[in-house]
Amino acid sequence: MSLDTAPGLRLVDVSAGYDELVLRDISLFLPRGSITGVIGPNGSGKSTLLRAILGLTPLMEGTVTLDGVLVARDRQRVAYVPQREAVDWSFPITAAGVVLMGRYPRLGVLRRPGAEDHRAVLGALDRVGAGALADRQIGALSGGQQQRIFLARALVQEAAVILLDEPMTGVDQTTERVIGTLFGELRDSGVTIVQATHDLESAAATCDLLAFVNRRLVAFGPPAETFTAPTLHATFGGEMLIVEAGNHTHVHAGGHHTPDDAAAAPRRST
Amino acid sequence: MGWLTDPLGYDFVLRALAEVLIMGATCGAIGAYVIVRRLSFIGDAISHAVFPGIVIAYLLGVSILVGALAAGLLTSLAIGWVSRSGRIREDAAIGIFFAAAFALGIVLISTRRTFQGDLTGFLVGNLQAVGARDIAISAATGLVVIGLLVVLHKELLLVSFDRTLAAALGYPIFGLDLLMLVLLTVTIVVSIQAVGIILVLAMLVTPAATARLVVDRFGPMIALGAAIGAVIGMAGYYLSFHLGIASGGTIVLLATAIFLVAFVLSPTHGLLGHRLRRHPQHRAGAPAIDAPGAPEDQAT
Repeated sequence: MSLDTAPGLRLVDVSAGYDELVLRDISLFLPRGSITGVIGPNGSGKSTLLRAILGLTPLMEGTVTLDGVLVARDRQRVAYVPQREAVDWSFPITAAGVVLMGRYPRLGVLRRPGAEDHRAVLGALDRVGAGALADRQIGALSGGQQQRIFLARALVQEAAVILLDEPMTGVDQTTERVIGTLFGELRDSGVTIVQATHDLESAAATCDLLAFVNRRLVAFGPPAETFTAPTLHATFGGEMLIVEAGNHTHVHAGGHHTPDDAAAAPRRST
Repeated sequence: MGWLTDPLGYDFVLRALAEVLIMGATCGAIGAYVIVRRLSFIGDAISHAVFPGIVIAYLLGVSILVGALAAGLLTSLAIGWVSRSGRIREDAAIGIFFAAAFALGIVLISTRRTFQGDLTGFLVGNLQAVGARDIAISAATGLVVIGLLVVLHKELLLVSFDRTLAAALGYPIFGLDLLMLVLLTVTIVVSIQAVGIILVLAMLVTPAATARLVVDRFGPMIALGAAIGAVIGMAGYYLSFHLGIASGGTIVLLATAIFLVAFVLSPTHGLLGHRLRRHPQHRAGAPAIDAPGAPEDQAT
C-alpha cells in the first residue's frame, strides 16, 4: 500500500479562515488508529484546525480527506467533543438524551430512535463509566462526568475520527483515567483521535503524534522527535511558562493559569 | 357544578374556550424553544412587528396570517440590514424597528372610525368576537405548528442544543432557524385574537418556564408546556367570565400564579426543594440548574 492511499485522515495544503486566514499550508497525515495532540498557544489556530476538519471553518485552499474520501462528503464519520464552555448545561436534557444525538445521523429525518439505538446509548454510557447517570440532567453532573457523556456521544456515532477540544481541561482524575484507557482501546480498534490540548506533558506522554501549530505547522511527528526545546520555542515564543513546583518542573503553555500554577511561583521563560 | 357547565350554554363561550385551548397549547409547546433558545426578546419583537401587517390585512379584508408573516419578514430584514452595517448593534436595531412597525400599525388603524375598539382588540385580545372561521384557522395553524415540532423534534432539538454538531453533520441550520422563526410568528399571530399583542409573550414564556421547573427532559417539557398553556387558557377564561374581568389579563395572571407556585414548590427545581437538599448538594458540588458547572470543573 503506498503512503497516499494508507487509511487515515489527511490534510493537504490546508488554509482556513474567514476574511483573514487563521491557518496556512497545513499538511498532515494522521494514520488510522493513532492519537494526535494538537499543541499551540491561544489564538494559534488549534480550534480552527479542528473546525476545519469538521467543515465548520471554510477551507480557502487544500483538502481534508478520510481514507481518500472528502470529509465533507461523509460527515458522520467524524465525531466531535466540544469544549465545556460551549455547552448550555442548563438545557433540559439527560445524559442519555445527549448521547442519543450521536445516533441522529444514521436515523434520517422521520425515523425515531429505536431499541437498538437505546441499547447503543446505554452501552456507550457503560463504557465511559457513566451507566448510572443515564437519566440525570446534564447540569447535575460533575465536569468529568459531563466530559465522559460527550465522549459517549462520539462513541455511538461509531465515527472513524474523534476530535476533542481540550478534553482533559478541568476534569477529575477518574475521568482522566477513563478517557486515557478509552483512547487506548479506540486506537487499537482503528479510531483516529485528535485532541487540542494545553497540557504539553500529558500530550507528550499519551499521544503517538504531536502537531505543533502556530498559524502554520511548526512541527509534526512522534513526541520523541518533536517535543524539544527548539520546537516549543518556535511554537510558543515568549508565551511559555516553566513552572517549578518542588522537585517537579512542568511546562505550561498559552498563559492559562491553573490553581497550582498560581501557588507555585511562575517565571516566564526567555 | 353550575359554574362549570352553565357558561357552556352560550355559543360565544364555547368558541372562546376552543380558541384559548388552541392558543394555550400551541404557545406552551413552542414556548419550550423560546425558553431554551432564549428567544423571548425576539418573541416580543415579532409580536409587535407583525402588527402593521395584521392591520393592513384587516383593512383590506385578506388573511391576517399572510399580512403578519410579510410584516414580520420585512422587519427582520430591516433589522438584519441595519445591524450588518456594524454601526448599530442588533438589539438596538430590534428596538428601533419593532417599535416603528408597531407605531405604523397604530397609525394605520387610527384611520378607522372604530379606532379605539379595534386597537384595544389587537392590544389585549378580543375573545368575544371569535368566530367559527377564526377557530378553524387557529386549529389548522396550531396543528401545523405542533405537528412540525413533533416531526422535526430531533433536528430542532439538535440545532437548539448543539449547533456545532448540527453544522458538522451537515444539518440545514439556517433553514431550521428560519422555520423556528416562522412557526413562532404564526403562533403569535393566531394568539393575538385571544390575548393580544402585549400579553402574547407571557403565553410563550410562562407555561413553558413552569414546565421546565417540573421536568428535566425536553420532549416532556414541550408536552407539559402545551398542557399547562391549554388548561390555564381555559381556566383563566372561566375566571374572567365569572368575575366579569378582562380575559387576556386574567389568563396571564393565572399563568403567572401557577408559575410562582411551581417556582416555590417544585420538587426538583423549586425554592423549597433547593432548601431541603441544600446541604448534601453543596457537598457533592452539584450545580444549580443554571450554574455553568461544578466548582472543581472551572476551566483553567
